Amino acid sequence: MSQAATQSWRGIAAEEVEELPKGIALILRKRSRALLGDLLRPHRAAVIWIGLLILAANLGALAGPWLVGIGIDKIPALLRTHDPVPIIITVIEFGIAVTVQAFASAGYIAAIGRMGGQVVLELRSRLFAHFQALPVSFHERYTSGRVISRQVSDIDSISELFDEGLGSLVSAAFSLVFVGTGMLLLDWPLALAVMAGFIPLTWLTAWFRRESATAYRRTRETIALVIVHFVETFNGIRAVQSFRREPRNQEIFGDLNEGYAKASRRSMQLVAIYFPGVNLVGNLAVAVVLLYGGIRVIDHAMPVGVLVTFLLYLRRFFEPLQDVSQFYSTFQSSAAALEKLSGVLEEEPAVPEPVAPARLPDRPEEAGRGRALRVAGVRFGYRDQVVLPRLDLTIAAGQKVALVGATGAGKTTIARLLARFYDPDEGEIRLDGVDLRDLADADLRREIVLITQENFLFSASVAENIALGRPAASRAEIEAAAEAVGAAGFIADLPDGYDHQVGKRGGRLSAGQRQLISFARAFLAAPSVLLLDEATALLDLPSERIVQQALQTVLLGRTAVIIAHRLSTVQIADRVLVLDHGEVIEDGSPSDLLASGRGQYADLHQQWLRSLA
Amino acid sequence: MTSHWPCGYHPAVTSPDAQPPVSIAAADTISPPRPAPARQTPAAALWRVREYLRPYYRQLVIMLAAALIATGTEIVIPLLTKAAIDGPISSATRAGSAAAHGRAVLIWIGIGAIALGSAEVGLSMIRRWVQANAVARLEQSMRDDLYAHLQRLEPGFHDAWQSGQLLSRATTDLSAIRRFAGFGTIFIITSAVSFGVIVTLLVILNPLLGLITAVLFMPVTWLCVRFERRYRVLSRRVQDQQDDLATSVEEAAAGIRILKALGRRDLAMAGHRQRAEIVYRTQVSKAELRGKFWAGLDLLPNAAIALILLLGAIAVSQNALTVGGLVAFIALVLQLVWPIEATGYILALGQEAATAAQRVYEILDTPPAISGPPIAQATAPGSLTTAPGTSAGNRADDPIPPRAGASAVPSARRVPMVPVQRPPVQRPPVQRPPTQRAADGAPAGGRLVLDHVGFAYPGSDRPVLRDVCLELAPGETVALVGATGSGKTTLLSLIARLEDATSGTIVLDGTDIRDLPLTVLRSLVACAFEDPTLFSVSARENVALGNPQASDSAVRAALAAAQAQFVEDLPWGLDTRIGEQGMSLSGGQRQRIALARAILASPSVLLLDDPLSALDVHTEAKVTQALGQVLSTSTALIVAHRPSTVALADRVVVLEDGEIRTSGTHHELLASDAQYQHLMSSDADTGARR
Repeated sequence: MSQAATQSWRGIAAEEVEELPKGIALILRKRSRALLGDLLRPHRAAVIWIGLLILAANLGALAGPWLVGIGIDKIPALLRTHDPVPIIITVIEFGIAVTVQAFASAGYIAAIGRMGGQVVLELRSRLFAHFQALPVSFHERYTSGRVISRQVSDIDSISELFDEGLGSLVSAAFSLVFVGTGMLLLDWPLALAVMAGFIPLTWLTAWFRRESATAYRRTRETIALVIVHFVETFNGIRAVQSFRREPRNQEIFGDLNEGYAKASRRSMQLVAIYFPGVNLVGNLAVAVVLLYGGIRVIDHAMPVGVLVTFLLYLRRFFEPLQDVSQFYSTFQSSAAALEKLSGVLEEEPAVPEPVAPARLPDRPEEAGRGRALRVAGVRFGYRDQVVLPRLDLTIAAGQKVALVGATGAGKTTIARLLARFYDPDEGEIRLDGVDLRDLADADLRREIVLITQENFLFSASVAENIALGRPAASRAEIEAAAEAVGAAGFIADLPDGYDHQVGKRGGRLSAGQRQLISFARAFLAAPSVLLLDEATALLDLPSERIVQQALQTVLLGRTAVIIAHRLSTVQIADRVLVLDHGEVIEDGSPSDLLASGRGQYADLHQQWLRSLA
Repeated sequence: MTSHWPCGYHPAVTSPDAQPPVSIAAADTISPPRPAPARQTPAAALWRVREYLRPYYRQLVIMLAAALIATGTEIVIPLLTKAAIDGPISSATRAGSAAAHGRAVLIWIGIGAIALGSAEVGLSMIRRWVQANAVARLEQSMRDDLYAHLQRLEPGFHDAWQSGQLLSRATTDLSAIRRFAGFGTIFIITSAVSFGVIVTLLVILNPLLGLITAVLFMPVTWLCVRFERRYRVLSRRVQDQQDDLATSVEEAAAGIRILKALGRRDLAMAGHRQRAEIVYRTQVSKAELRGKFWAGLDLLPNAAIALILLLGAIAVSQNALTVGGLVAFIALVLQLVWPIEATGYILALGQEAATAAQRVYEILDTPPAISGPPIAQATAPGSLTTAPGTSAGNRADDPIPPRAGASAVPSARRVPMVPVQRPPVQRPPVQRPPTQRAADGAPAGGRLVLDHVGFAYPGSDRPVLRDVCLELAPGETVALVGATGSGKTTLLSLIARLEDATSGTIVLDGTDIRDLPLTVLRSLVACAFEDPTLFSVSARENVALGNPQASDSAVRAALAAAQAQFVEDLPWGLDTRIGEQGMSLSGGQRQRIALARAILASPSVLLLDDPLSALDVHTEAKVTQALGQVLSTSTALIVAHRPSTVALADRVVVLEDGEIRTSGTHHELLASDAQYQHLMSSDADTGARR
């Protein structure tokens, strides 16, 4: 994180900062623009087509009032000649103009919708894939809440831009230029008088832009705080109620809610000044046209029709500005969103996939299904705290190793390094001689599976949750896996058995039951190396025993690394490593270590035996 | 000529709410757990919102007056144009001599236009400003009430409702109500008025043309209403589909380690892509509909203008209309588009607000299934205190005054699945739960009696607990042992009244716990759950949850007892923010903090749900030792999976399928009971042999 000043803004670093220095804001804007360009590139043809349609629509819209003016000016002739043909021609022309305008508008609105949809779809997929590729360490730092809000609310605001804003923004710009030109062509002195309105308007709009940007940010921030507190309260409602935290919660919530009310009132007040302000300029312009335009008509400097055209044009001249600022907040939120998304997409996976993946050597049939692991000179730490100073370890194919040691000894870190959730800072880890960093993710995950006590269930059926271990598995295989870990019993008791839909985070299933399901996944996956990090902690003893028996079957011939606080789980190991501050202080078979009678493992074992009494 | 926004997005309508919409994923596909109070119609629900509007009636009147006058001035401006063209301008064009006089009149007309234009702007500024203040407050107070009510609803309610569903009511729905309540009503009135006035003016200017215009505008009204309806349907569909998509995003984020560990990236991506494409398709049909609508909205008024231009010109040539009249006619016709658009939009907005109000009131009308009698004023607060150092006043204050009407009848006893044995008579609240005290004055815990207690989830015919009878003497520690799913955790939540027993009674120190005010009960009973919940506040506040007045030394002592001294090593010690938004702690650390919390509450009854499951053997031994001390001052019920935890207990009760199968001391049971051996033995072979 201590790169050069500009570098430190790479990726997601700038997300938390309220006021950005100018230079960095510029870099961020450039980054978002690059992303936008990248997303739009495949749609070049559509962009051109949309541009043409908007052009046509605006030309039609420009011609309308002009023709009305011409029509009005033909009235004196009509009075004289009583020949309706010229005015009928004008009306027909008018009809054509507005028809073109209508169809071109319909066309570009739909076209922008389609293009925007595709861009958003691409962005969604890209982002989702990127988050999936980013390492666990990133997710831990970034938290799932932000991962979700990037993919939900930020994408939504970009989608909204395409949905409702973009076409209008572009069209407003066109309209401004076209109508301005039209007015200048019709009568430039009056046009200049009307355009003087832009001087206060520009100033007003600049003020609104600045203020609303801040106000907008504040509403987003304050509502986010409200939401977080709300969710926290009701996810922990049992603790809230049993410890009577309601009054204090209400106090906190009241404050946060007040903050949001203030912020939202502020942004509404800004609108309350700005919108009537724009209207004021428009209304004054009408007065100017009547007054100055009227004088010019009296002076025979221009016909009445032009005055009418001007009056009609005014509606298209200042109103778009209102539209633009109306969508300015949408625009701003999508700009902010794009900034954040481009940051996320710039985050490089700290655990990158190899460019040229290596292949694992084929295993001879008779050699069993395990693979050998070799940890050589591995050093690893989180930020500035070194967890593993230097670890060397060789685990033979088919060996079952138990990692034992106090909390913080580095057991979980080793498991995560072996599963390549992280890459070592120094040194290397090899699976059957192949560096983990050279393995394609799909191969790595087929070979090495880590099961922890985290037992997340996806909202799908029980069977589908188990099948996550091997999506191609048949129903019979799924049921066999559940049977093996002793999960079949409670699954059969569920309302729909294997087809029971597990609700929010596993719903009414107990922690132990969810754990069994995640074990069934591992059994189904049947990798060559199984890593178990406290995977049985949440099971009751009978379930734990069933799992252990099942483990003995499934681990036959496979390699396993087992971490457990309770030594019962360790009993199936044929080698025990005692860790202390990231270093192996004892290494041997359980019986050897016990036989010595001294040492940490023997102590732990004693303690454990006592705990059983 | 018309503005470029669909009905719903005309700047003048949407602007009052120019702040970001808050979209929350909420799939309302799961039906609420228990029958909500009879659902009222959306319109009736919306009508009820007026109780929140009441403080702002004066503001509403100001807003309405300002809006009506502004509308009036807006309509007058085209008439000024007519005056200018027909008066000074045309007379000047006809007879050059009148030019000077014409200029003077024109200046007056110009001044009039400036005055009217400024007045309109000033009025709309006033309206918007007043509105901004009122509606922000309105939304705020509704949200406060909703939150307060949700805090009163029992955990069972929260289990059944996804938090996203509740959140979308507290954010999206309240915003919808705010949008409508503030200016929807006002706009409906002003739109109707300006439509009426403009049509009248048109008919006065030229009856035939006026009627033709009115007829031509019928399709616009029809178009708007039709569009709004179809657009709403599509929008709602997109929202549902986006909710599905959001769910897949949420799960992929929360389950990232699982997906990574199993290498299921492609599977997750395929699922996500599929849902994203569904959203995409609906979005596109939305855009197409919008485009078509725009074409129609451009075309119809313009067709009217073409006709007016033609017929108007003929009328002028026959002296039935002046040129200025024709221009005013066209300007007024353009102004007619807007109230029609607005009406379409506001009707849709109103519909949305009504549905939102219905959803909000659905929650506000749900009575808490678990509630105690209110705390009577006469309560002697001192008598409720069992924990030294706890402010009695804090307890005696019922934190949230129940909503009017909701508190009159303690609705605790909803119709149970299993018939209640007691007649549902309301008994006077008990003011003083007698508290047992040991000889030295330290609390020794309460006497807890469970009498034929049963529990079944609503709608389930399989009871989780059946006929549980258990008595805990003051100070006694009982371990609950049983296989997964035997009902241990449920039993604990019945005692804290996080669930209510569906049959039987639970009596604490001679008082049915349903007759104790909830705050009193929960100050007497403290729990530590298997899955500990930490709040995003300081470590101190987290520990002192059940005893907010506790001194730092008391907090430290509790942390020490729970072997959670690691808190001291956090960056800001006790002041370090932990929980979701703070320092993240390991499962074992969180468990120890939750334990310290329960200890510090020094309750009369301590409920511990497998409190040591995430601890390593070493720490577990230390905690067990310290717990032994703590348990001597409380009656305790401990769910235990391990012999080491069981060792803390004076007595062991074995639950099987929701029934007490046997009880005794650990050693007795170990010696006599094969089933218990099976539960408690870690030796794989023992299990196999059985």
